[in-house]
Amino acid sequence: MSNDQALINYTLRLADNALILSQRMIELVAAAPELEEELANANFALDFIGQARLFYSYAGELEGKGRGEDDFAFMRDENEFCNLLLLEQPNGHFGDALVRQFLFEAFYGHLLDALTHCSDKGLAEIAARAIKEVKYHCRHSSQWLVRLGDGTELSHECVQVSLDDVWRYTGEMFVADEIDTAIQENIDGPDLGAIRALWKRDVEKTVAEATLRLPVDEWMASGGKQGQHSEHLGFMLAEMQYLQRSFPGETW
Amino acid sequence: MSKQEWPLYEVFIRSKSGLSHRHAGSIHATDDQMALDNARDTYTRRCEGVSLWVVRSDRIIASDPAETAAFFEPAEDKIYRHPTFYEIPDGVENL
Amino acid sequence: MYTQGLDQGDKETQASAGTPEQLAAFQERIDAEEKIEAKDWMPEAYRRTLIRQISQHAHSEVIGMQPEGNWLTRAPSLKRKAILLAKVQDEGGHGLYLYSAAETLGISRDQMVADLLSGKAKYSSIFNYPTVNWADIGAIGWLVDGAAIMNQIPLCRCSYGPYARAMVRVCKEESFHQRQGYELLLTLCRGSAEQKAMAQDALNRWWWPSLMMFGPNDSESKHSAQSMAWKIKRFSNDELRQKFVDVTVQQAEFLGISVPDPDLKLDKKTGHYTFGEIDWQEFIDVIAGNGPCNKQRLEKRQKAHSDGEWVREAAQAYASKQAARAAA
Repeated sequence: MSNDQALINYTLRLADNALILSQRMIELVAAAPELEEELANANFALDFIGQARLFYSYAGELEGKGRGEDDFAFMRDENEFCNLLLLEQPNGHFGDALVRQFLFEAFYGHLLDALTHCSDKGLAEIAARAIKEVKYHCRHSSQWLVRLGDGTELSHECVQVSLDDVWRYTGEMFVADEIDTAIQENIDGPDLGAIRALWKRDVEKTVAEATLRLPVDEWMASGGKQGQHSEHLGFMLAEMQYLQRSFPGETW
Repeated sequence: MSKQEWPLYEVFIRSKSGLSHRHAGSIHATDDQMALDNARDTYTRRCEGVSLWVVRSDRIIASDPAETAAFFEPAEDKIYRHPTFYEIPDGVENL
Repeated sequence: MYTQGLDQGDKETQASAGTPEQLAAFQERIDAEEKIEAKDWMPEAYRRTLIRQISQHAHSEVIGMQPEGNWLTRAPSLKRKAILLAKVQDEGGHGLYLYSAAETLGISRDQMVADLLSGKAKYSSIFNYPTVNWADIGAIGWLVDGAAIMNQIPLCRCSYGPYARAMVRVCKEESFHQRQGYELLLTLCRGSAEQKAMAQDALNRWWWPSLMMFGPNDSESKHSAQSMAWKIKRFSNDELRQKFVDVTVQQAEFLGISVPDPDLKLDKKTGHYTFGEIDWQEFIDVIAGNGPCNKQRLEKRQKAHSDGEWVREAAQAYASKQAARAAA
């Protein structure tokens, strides 16, 4: 793979992560436990849609074939999406969605931080913008994890199960493949090993504060980054893409 | 477990540096940190502020409307506190 | 409007506390365009009317998130998805501002929510209609928000301070809602034949329910006179409905789609449009709970509320523990 192609693919991964997570979050609209949290969820989803649009547009620019944000979002098939498996997992209850959010954003914040220092100006600029949003998300989701973990007996149990269930999807974030390595080498991009250490430190701290137990690393699922997805993604895309696919080429 | 309502907080926003915080409305939250987050997510979606204050509504000490006359009307008689009370002849400047 | 259920009659507000002197002094303040504030003396009927109106308005905003939220996952472009989400979020925010305004009158949000969930409280009939095609999102912005704005702008001058202030914020934020809806429809109307057909279909289904949003005819509206005297309401249902028709017909013509009313015509003498009779039986049915989506909308709220219970309790339990730790 050429260096240019690696950068395009890497940018699409970032875009797909943001889009797929936002799509899951907007499924939660009008279902929050309290009105204030409803607004917070929408704010975060809006941040992610905004990030996805920036990353897709940049990928299109790099590619130079005239593809724009909507071509990437609506006209690619499942195996062309390269988001993390974690993000396509169904919402479940408030605790499930929260833990997914927490584990991803603890990683994503450090990833963006590293990208702000990379030598590719385009990516660094988007990362600098996104990291402000993500820092706030991390604050919000960590606080909620602590409230649920150290709340009632019921909430403690619920959120411990959420953590245990979703843990298997965290490994994929840190396994560097050909593209990750190329990005690290070519543009002084993120070192996933170093990010894993930072992530672990942050997650351990919040999990302890939440009086929860950190799951043990056992078998880890992978493949999302390479386009091999769980059964869930196909349904998400079928729903998301249906108008564009039914009436291709129209303006909306 | 009690089914009490989440406490009410009043929200004050400083729209930009140099201005005072101004009452924007209220939100519910169970703790102070959540109150700040909720105020942020509710009242600053359109860049309305650079600083936020939140305070539990039940901690605010307010004057009683029944005492409005006793509290505020005496000041109405003291028109000599206002600069327009004084007549200064034309020609006197910088006063 | 968002509070049209008010016009359906209310036996409770007949009771009015206060001496004739108090009532006269209160009316004098209102007539002098003074704002009434939360802790000021007010007739019990004024307080109750406001609680009902503001809470219905809040419920309408919150339930109103659903028909549009229905298309969030299917919005056909990322730009439209972001716009729609921002709009749906604003509606939640407006519900929140309005619940807060009602709370200043001495009712808790929990009580208001309980009244909504039990079916005791009403919300605008319009949100009990389904959104079945993408153009419906445009029609809601253009027609439903357009109709709402007609009513909401005068509410910014309502006699009750906290309500008026909440409405100022709401109106400021809503200014983009109607325009985005119209622009969405304009894009469809300039697009393919199928897209234009979607827009026509949406207008066909949303036109009459939008006219119903203004509530019953003035001759049938039981509480308008008192609300007008109290300056909670500034214009009558029929005045606002006429104003809405007059501005909207021309906008439909520009889109190139037709208003589904064979009796609609411009009266050259008055400069106003005359229009056909509203199906009032449908209006009564929908208000009474028998619209296409009443059950579904309410069940979704009930489910969100009960699903969230353990979360709300956890947050409270955590706060109590923290308080106990701080005290220890």
